[in-house]
Amino acid sequence: MRRSPFLVLVFALVLVFLIGPFLIILISSVSGDTGMGFPPDGFSLRWYAKVFDIDMFRTTFAISLQAGLAATATALALGIPVAYVVNRYRFPGKNAIEVFFAMPAIVPGLVIGFSLLRFFVYVMRMPVMLGLYLGHTAILFPYTVRVVSASLKNFDVAVEEAAVSLGSSRLHAFFSIVFPNIRSGVAAAFVLAFITSFNNVPISLFLTGPGVATLPIQMLIYMEYYFDPTISALSSIIIVLTVLVVQTAERLLGITRYL
Amino acid sequence: MAFVELNHITAGYAPGKPVLRNFDLSVERGELLSLLGPSGCGKTTTLRTIAGFVLAQQGQVVVNGVNYTRLPPNKRNIGLVFQNYALFPHLSVFENVAYGLKRRRVARTDIGRRVTEALAMVSLTGYEDRLPAQLSGGQRQRVALARAVVIEPELLLLDEPLSNLDAKLRDEMRAELARLQNRLGITMIYVTHDQVEALSLSSRIVIMHQGMIEQSDPPDVVYERPATAFVARFMGYDNALDGVVSTVEAQVVIVTVGARTFRCSLQESPTGKRRSVRPGDAVRLMFRPDDVRLVDEATVQRDATNTLPVRSDFCNYQGSSTLCAMTSGGFRLQVLLPGNVQASELPGWARVSPDAIVMEVVSAETVGT
Repeated sequence: MRRSPFLVLVFALVLVFLIGPFLIILISSVSGDTGMGFPPDGFSLRWYAKVFDIDMFRTTFAISLQAGLAATATALALGIPVAYVVNRYRFPGKNAIEVFFAMPAIVPGLVIGFSLLRFFVYVMRMPVMLGLYLGHTAILFPYTVRVVSASLKNFDVAVEEAAVSLGSSRLHAFFSIVFPNIRSGVAAAFVLAFITSFNNVPISLFLTGPGVATLPIQMLIYMEYYFDPTISALSSIIIVLTVLVVQTAERLLGITRYL
Repeated sequence: MAFVELNHITAGYAPGKPVLRNFDLSVERGELLSLLGPSGCGKTTTLRTIAGFVLAQQGQVVVNGVNYTRLPPNKRNIGLVFQNYALFPHLSVFENVAYGLKRRRVARTDIGRRVTEALAMVSLTGYEDRLPAQLSGGQRQRVALARAVVIEPELLLLDEPLSNLDAKLRDEMRAELARLQNRLGITMIYVTHDQVEALSLSSRIVIMHQGMIEQSDPPDVVYERPATAFVARFMGYDNALDGVVSTVEAQVVIVTVGARTFRCSLQESPTGKRRSVRPGDAVRLMFRPDDVRLVDEATVQRDATNTLPVRSDFCNYQGSSTLCAMTSGGFRLQVLLPGNVQASELPGWARVSPDAIVMEVVSAETVGT
């Protein structure tokens, strides 16, 4: 195949803009300098040490992890049955329901965050952690429905019917036959939902309160006061962790075809 | 009462648009009944209604004296074989076949014995530990068959089980199905759109069209005495001549087609609707390509009945026979001749025996060549 110089240029630009920012963060995270200048002066790992020294990063990481895991688990517990029903049954109003379930992914996060703030905090006087958990569950739900749906669509209904004809109830057929075959779709939904929750700023911004923040919010707060490579180091850690998680899930379950 | 009875069934997928309307069917114990018809004729819906995956909006499903109408599919003792095998992808061949026995809480030692027997019956001994993905299409369908019969169902339903297999495998599997039916004597309902499959396997063929039964007869009757024009076309009565009835006698109808005269036997299928034919009716004469004989001009009297002059256009060699396209006046004919023949060598006259002709009465407006 002949390579057109134009295509090569487009490809190079895509790489530069996709990978470039990550490279800059990685490089500046080992800077010997106290500023964020680029290219950095000297080499040092002290910013990594500082990440682990700052208490707020540790506590907010724990909060992000708890809220993310709880919200992801709940969104999956709700999303799997909804995806199943939407895939397997035809009923009046099905389209409206599908659109409704996709709303949190379509409506801008700031709007959701603000409305949840009004509702959860001002009206219901909900504790911060509970509001955060419910808010994240709401935005993760459409992702879990969509990803699980995609894997259900690839699974032949006849296989399930075969199980039923052999004497299984619908429920038993789901757990013994359907679920083992959509496992990688469910895992993909889990990884995608958790990363979405972990990265989320707009919802968390409104739903966190004094003393309780998620890691991205804490990073924003930190950057308002200090302008040193600590954030670069923390970002690098997050990038590496994300890549590791996705890579492992892909190796074990082949999740990327559902993302 | 027959072994399987569908009484006045109305069933379908969307409300107000039933696929089956007031549908009746009865199947005797030990029968291998084929439901034959084009896609959309309701044959699969019939099968799914018996299996319980489609709920009858009206009517009754009775199997072996038990009213199945409201029984959920997992409580019906019915074996199902699907077109795309529908094996459990994550379970081994053994576990696939054992699945139904486990659901029936059969003792572990009995499960082992019965699965081994079922796999031996479909010649898959030694494949117990394979996954479905490691089997060929034919092997997969044999596992599906073993899985369905191992539970000793009262009834085995097969939904186009051979249509995903290539021609050679299809013949083998057909023989295997016939053997199985012989050995187990199990009642089978077999859905297919392939007339050859239906003719070779069934003890009775039910031909369906738009949710109705067109004919229900043994294979030879369906093939030789199609009850309706639809059945005739489905059974390969591909040639059609349009004419007008001139005389109706006790067993014979005389029809003029252009300048030619045809005698047609008035035969009835045992279950077919009685055709009333009157002089002056516009009719279509239908016959199969293999029922046409070619004769030399010298041996034909110019006004002999059941003959017509033909011109051979081209021939398609098909191995044991040759299919020739011909024209006669405004009509196109297909003629199946034994051996290998060339269009240029063929005699100029065709003859069709009165018994080979199926007559369809058409309304006067649609007559034309």
